[in-house]
Amino acid sequence: MPDTFFTQAPHWQWWIIFYFFIGGIGGGSYAIAAMLHLFGEPEDRPISRLGYYIALPAIIISGILLTLDLTRPERFWHMLVQSNTWTPAFKYWSPMSVGSWGITFFGLFAFLSTVGALAETGRLPWRGLAALNQGLLGNVINVLGALFGFFVAGYTGVLLSVTNRPLWADTWLLGLLFLVSGFSTAAALLYLAGRRRAHPESLRWLSQMDTWALILELIVLALVVVSVGSVVAREVLFNMWGVLLLVGVVLVGILIPLLLHWRPRLLGPASPVGAAALVLVGGFILRVVMLLSSEAV
Amino acid sequence: MMAEPMGFFTDTTVCIGCKACEVACKEWNQLPAESGGANTLSGESYDNTRRLSGTTWRHVRFIEQFNEDRSQGRWLMMSDVCKHCVQAGCLEVCPTGAIIRTEFDTVVIQADVCNGCRACISACPFGVIDINPITGTAMKCTLCYDRMQAGMIPACAQACPTQSIQFGPISELRQRAEKRVRQLHEAGQTDAYIYGDESILGGLNSFYLLVDEPEVYGLPSNPQLPSRNLVPSATLSAAGAAAMGLLGLVSLRKRRMDRLAAERRAEREESAEPVEGGEEGDA
Repeated sequence: MPDTFFTQAPHWQWWIIFYFFIGGIGGGSYAIAAMLHLFGEPEDRPISRLGYYIALPAIIISGILLTLDLTRPERFWHMLVQSNTWTPAFKYWSPMSVGSWGITFFGLFAFLSTVGALAETGRLPWRGLAALNQGLLGNVINVLGALFGFFVAGYTGVLLSVTNRPLWADTWLLGLLFLVSGFSTAAALLYLAGRRRAHPESLRWLSQMDTWALILELIVLALVVVSVGSVVAREVLFNMWGVLLLVGVVLVGILIPLLLHWRPRLLGPASPVGAAALVLVGGFILRVVMLLSSEAV
Repeated sequence: MMAEPMGFFTDTTVCIGCKACEVACKEWNQLPAESGGANTLSGESYDNTRRLSGTTWRHVRFIEQFNEDRSQGRWLMMSDVCKHCVQAGCLEVCPTGAIIRTEFDTVVIQADVCNGCRACISACPFGVIDINPITGTAMKCTLCYDRMQAGMIPACAQACPTQSIQFGPISELRQRAEKRVRQLHEAGQTDAYIYGDESILGGLNSFYLLVDEPEVYGLPSNPQLPSRNLVPSATLSAAGAAAMGLLGLVSLRKRRMDRLAAERRAEREESAEPVEGGEEGDA
């Protein structure tokens, strides 16, 4: 029996699945928004702004879910400040420590960009704040925010691997898997939320990025299953979780959306919307399986 | 100031499964009964404790090795506890600094700092740590840090009637353990060996004399630190982020180039148009 089977499950609660899902979307949305901001055209701006508008509430909800999951929620600040010395608590080798800081900084950049975008569109009375989303300052915020966005989308997988639990600690690929999935679910949500107002070129680009992300996700997912080894795969995934992974993630969440991207007339005008919705469903089920299949051992 | 590293040497060959250590631990540390005191039977063993938890910091494991008709068999008893690893996975991942290494080279969770994130539970290679439902914090054996500071020996070692649990300076315990293994080998018990020397996580400050494979006792044969996965896992993620970023950049640049090319084409066609228009005008 592999050594990871002699350990105990942390029993993170079901809402952590939602955190993994929402956090991934938040990070991915900002990363996409920043790409469009930095390298896109003026007509991409509505989607770019939508990305910030998704990222900010997503990271706030994430913080709430994470705090709720602590068995002593009132001590959430111990993640950032050492309670006995009042000095910063930071361990670069502890993913949960780095993650706490990453979420905090990501929240800050998502907030700044959201304020900038709201000012830009006249939804805030202080027009000067639009500078947060324009010029050099806007570019710096977007670059840093995108780095933290990618971090938030991917570090959760690294956190799972830096344990001694079955499946999680038996592969190096969960961080990459969550990152790619966060990116694809974010592209899908941006497509769904922005399809009425966005420029067709922006939507086409989102679909194209989603296609690439889904292909990459499929490859990484296959590598995950191979890399954990036959014993772990048999013990953890040769059961209803494996079936859910195959049907819910591979078929519904990746292959069918890819087919709809490839043959957009298959479902008529509903094809792109259907594809995006299925990507979101698949991204959620991916986190369900990756979390609960190991917790169940 | 660093005192001498202290720990446990548990000789499983003399354990009689009396569970005095379990009870002494519960008494001294004022730990409540499992399941709120409800009488829960394992149904598959004479051992009903079954595992270490946030409220059971010592657990005497019964390994009942019998053949099918139960005509032949043996009992292995092992008093399990936190290993106080020299390289401790729990201490490594703890984000709050609640888990510390003491002056006795032992590993202790500070209950007033822990916020119950449970990272240590999944990091421990031995499945030792769990949440104490009453305090809401992660808990495990402290090697009776409070007693040690007062020059006393841990409650479990004091209660052990067969000296299966021995407490003392690690250097002295290691010598004692080697001597005991030699003695057993000479007596014909050649399968006796030490689990937890320096080859395992830099050495376990709570180590064991076993007479069967580690797995039989519920111990991993090659426990490792969770951080072994950190650099490769983070590097692959960063590479993925770079790939997605590059893909975004390239695709947006390409879109711009394609558009500019299309605009140039349109311009060329437009500049060709007046000639046609002129011809029409002439006509």
